[in-house]
Amino acid sequence: MARYGFVMDVERCNGCFACFLACKDEHTGNDHGIYAKATREGENLMKVNEIEYGSGSKVKVDYVPVMCQHCEEPECMRRYPDQVYKRPDGIVLIDQEKAKGNRDLMAACPYGAISWNEANDVPQKCTMCAHMLDAGEKVTRCSECCPNQALIFGDMDDPNSEISQFIREHEGELETYQPQFGTKPGMTYMRLPKPFICGEVVGPDGECVKGAKVTLTCKECGDVKVAETDFLGDFEFRFLPSNKPFAVKVEAAGCKVKELECRTRASVNLGEICLEQA
Amino acid sequence: MEKVYTNLTTGGPISVYVEDGKITRIRPLQVPEEDYPKAWTVTDKNGKTYSPPKAMRVAQNILAERNRLYSEDRIMYPMKRVDWDPNGERNPQNRGKSGYERISWDEAATILANEIKRVAPMDENGKIDGHAITAITGSHHNWGIVGYKMAPFGRFFGMLNYTPILDNPDSWEGWMWGAPHMWGFYWRLGQPEQFDLLQDALANTDMIVFWSNDPDSTHGIYSGQESNIWRVWMKEMGMKCVFIDPFYNYTNAVMDGTWFAPRPGTDTALAAAIAYTWFEDDTYDHDFVENKTIGIDEFKAYIMGEEDGVPKTCEWAAEKTGIPARRIRALAKEWASKRVALAGGVRGGEGSACRTAYGTEEARMLIALCAMQGFGKPGVSIWGTTMGAPADYTWFPGYAEPESQMGKSSVAQHKLALNVTNKQRLYRLTYPEDIMNGQGSFISDGFCGQSIEQQFNTHEYPIEGKVKMLWRYGGSFMGTMTETNRYVQLYQHAGENALDCVVNQDCWFSGETKYADIILPACTNLERNDLGEWSVGGGYTTHAHIGNNWRVIVREQKCVEPVGESKSDYEIFTLVAEKLGLGELYTEGKTEDDWAEAYWNLSELKNQCSWEEFNKKGYFIVPVPEDYEPHPAFRWYYEGRACDTEDYLNPKRGTDKAHELGTLSGKIEFASESLKKYTPDDEERPPVPHYIPSWEGHETTEVYEKYPLQIISPHPRFSFHTHYDKHASWLDEIPVHRVVKDGYAWWPARINPVDAEARGIKNGDLIELYNDRGSVVCIADVTYRVPVGVMHSYGCSAKYDPVVPEPGATDRGGCVNILTNKRFLSKNAPGMAPNSCLIECRKWGNN
Repeated sequence: MARYGFVMDVERCNGCFACFLACKDEHTGNDHGIYAKATREGENLMKVNEIEYGSGSKVKVDYVPVMCQHCEEPECMRRYPDQVYKRPDGIVLIDQEKAKGNRDLMAACPYGAISWNEANDVPQKCTMCAHMLDAGEKVTRCSECCPNQALIFGDMDDPNSEISQFIREHEGELETYQPQFGTKPGMTYMRLPKPFICGEVVGPDGECVKGAKVTLTCKECGDVKVAETDFLGDFEFRFLPSNKPFAVKVEAAGCKVKELECRTRASVNLGEICLEQA
Repeated sequence: MEKVYTNLTTGGPISVYVEDGKITRIRPLQVPEEDYPKAWTVTDKNGKTYSPPKAMRVAQNILAERNRLYSEDRIMYPMKRVDWDPNGERNPQNRGKSGYERISWDEAATILANEIKRVAPMDENGKIDGHAITAITGSHHNWGIVGYKMAPFGRFFGMLNYTPILDNPDSWEGWMWGAPHMWGFYWRLGQPEQFDLLQDALANTDMIVFWSNDPDSTHGIYSGQESNIWRVWMKEMGMKCVFIDPFYNYTNAVMDGTWFAPRPGTDTALAAAIAYTWFEDDTYDHDFVENKTIGIDEFKAYIMGEEDGVPKTCEWAAEKTGIPARRIRALAKEWASKRVALAGGVRGGEGSACRTAYGTEEARMLIALCAMQGFGKPGVSIWGTTMGAPADYTWFPGYAEPESQMGKSSVAQHKLALNVTNKQRLYRLTYPEDIMNGQGSFISDGFCGQSIEQQFNTHEYPIEGKVKMLWRYGGSFMGTMTETNRYVQLYQHAGENALDCVVNQDCWFSGETKYADIILPACTNLERNDLGEWSVGGGYTTHAHIGNNWRVIVREQKCVEPVGESKSDYEIFTLVAEKLGLGELYTEGKTEDDWAEAYWNLSELKNQCSWEEFNKKGYFIVPVPEDYEPHPAFRWYYEGRACDTEDYLNPKRGTDKAHELGTLSGKIEFASESLKKYTPDDEERPPVPHYIPSWEGHETTEVYEKYPLQIISPHPRFSFHTHYDKHASWLDEIPVHRVVKDGYAWWPARINPVDAEARGIKNGDLIELYNDRGSVVCIADVTYRVPVGVMHSYGCSAKYDPVVPEPGATDRGGCVNILTNKRFLSKNAPGMAPNSCLIECRKWGNN
């Protein structure tokens, strides 16, 4: 028995929306029976959130595709056990006959992954292309179109599958999107956007300081990270926890140590950090 | 019962699923695993090997192909403008205003044949003088050798001996008009060869400088998203990437590269300061410069300020570009200490920076930097990161090859009768005013791929006589050319030089369609038979399949009956030719399938796969030869050997000058011999590349005070030229492409938070972009991805939707090219410069 899942590596995604369009192509006007009724324009089974963060000349843009997370403990199924079911292969499905007319089902998903099919009067969501898998296919429409191999689909019980290999290679880096919902998603993510702290170190001569040592200390938990400035004097610390106080210490040969403080309410661009002669 | 067909698009090969005569789904070409030949392998500097995935990575817009094919914008039947009477009042002033009535194909063909006969007499030998007829296409409403414009369109209008309108190289202007004077490659229209540079970069390159290049958006032009995975490999191996672009582009975002945002039009100053630093530090490749280049002393004299008293220091460039001097200096020093590939545009040389005033100087200055670092040595190249995979090179005709043009191919008869013998030419960037004024002239032959000298040819209009009939075919120039209200003015021009008859032949209603007198519905290539190779146009862009992971030739199968009464272009032109009594001359009795088979059999690929087998299976993936040996681009030149790449159009290849470049001297020319010879006094494109302040930019004080925002409008990300936008409504649900507000899909314009706040603009507000040339409404995307003083909005909106049908009216469709200046790069460089444009913007309406 297969156990299907998705892994989404956000750092690889270039936001091309191929997954989104492939999903539309699969479902718009196409009836997939008990799994998904035909959708119309404007009705989508997945979305791609563009997230821009940072400021000034130090910005980042990430994309987070969000669809049904195929949870281990789906909230939609908990609330409507007669309308939602989870197959042994891990796919969570809304029975399109039994759920007919139930608009409330949309609110049951904390991820907002259930949408409304107006013409068929039924709630709907990502089916992991169950109708294709049933017919012997090995892919979903979204993952087969991903040019950067960011959205990976497959059988997690098959040790040779691409997804299993990826999970092995990145053990410890995988994370859950919005873990506070507590539904144990079957979809995992990697490198979801988180605040970063960056700056550029300028020497007493007004030039970029390469190789300065920058130490970041979380003033709450005491965690320490160290970075070195690049040839432009740029440094950055990525994937930091939100809303924590940090101390930043900059050390460079022949210069006075410089210390700054900030809080990751959002990403922090410390701008030019000008060092003085020691 | 479901049936699966194969077809090919501008963004890759597809499998088309059809049930009951309707397309239900479109997927990237489905190839069973066992049908893939052995994959190539490349190795990085750590010994890690990579092979491409067994999948076809099509451009994302292709996944909306079904949506586009069944679009409400499809033209369903032939139409005639209600107040256009070929035997009476023609009312040109009402184009764009009056409605249409449905007519039959027979009526349409009869009217057009009569119009052609009226303006194009035939002599006693059967030769037509069609100088009064002009015609022009957009690029690519269809892919395929049989159906693409060079074939049915080229053959038909060749037969009429018409007045061609020459294309400008709208994607790589600065490279066309600048680069050949420095490094030759005129046979590639100024762009560099890219052979085997993927392996070279992985093994040898330390840093990539993407200069005005967003390959994740522009797709190697026709290669879909095939090369994306190469950049993922490079990112994950830790390749340092620098991006120089006023816009924090999508490749920058995914590569998480370091961003340099020069003011639009100041890239040349930035490059000059890098050269200055290298001269000052003496960190350039003396051996290469001494043996492989000429004119370094003159170049150095300019850079160091001996020529004009202005040393091109980093401080000088900082003032021009807005980038701190220390960062320019640090970049220059790092560059000199590393092996750097310069990604100067999607195929090596393109990018929005070369479409600015004096864009020739930008292209040449980038080549100068590469020459100073001795490009051609391992890891040092000019490489767009979208081409250079190992590949098979058996010749197969691309649509632009003479051998696959219906009027010129050896498989065609009647070739003499199809030659245009009239001398008269118009130019895409100037034909509106030339026709309206009844006279004009331009320099060059458009695409100057035959020689450097071609750039200095001149054309006068009229020679044989004035144009009276315009046949438009695909696309919409309001979204793609410059100062584009001119194209509307031409249609409505009612004076002495008014056009008697305007035809628009297209699959969809585009911005320009509603200005025609006769509208002809064409079908797409999913509705007819054809064949073609993925990515490969051939001709000047030969061997583009090295931008793909797999070399795929596709039998384009008719998947469904044409929508409505639409017909293939070949059928449409055949109908009109028959009414002219020229049916046999036009078709030679051949069907589209006859042509397709003949083209297949021109290539030696027929020895690897028979026509019958190809026809049945629908595709052929050409294996990379077992004994494949890489021959990296420029390595031969760097090492002083004869050219050993597959660049077969290089005229010196195979001669005793095979180790030379295509310049007059055979070397890289820091001071151009061809410019010294032909235009020695041209201060706008002097022999040595110069930074020249833009004719419309932050240094044009008077205009800048009135219009303080510089807008750039690069090629779009989710559509292709004007294709897919407007006609594929699914794209409107991608908020980066269009944003739906109050039921209307608006075109986004990006503005820095500081500029937005100063104007009371919030994210999602409707804003009017305007200057003295026009006004366009867009939806505001307030973002740090553009610096203060700069706006970004993609060119190529297909929707032209003026609030009133008059030239100069505010457009709601997003054709920002209405705002751009029609002025050429410079007086002798007839390219367009839409990225030198000053505007102001304000909130629009009551939102």
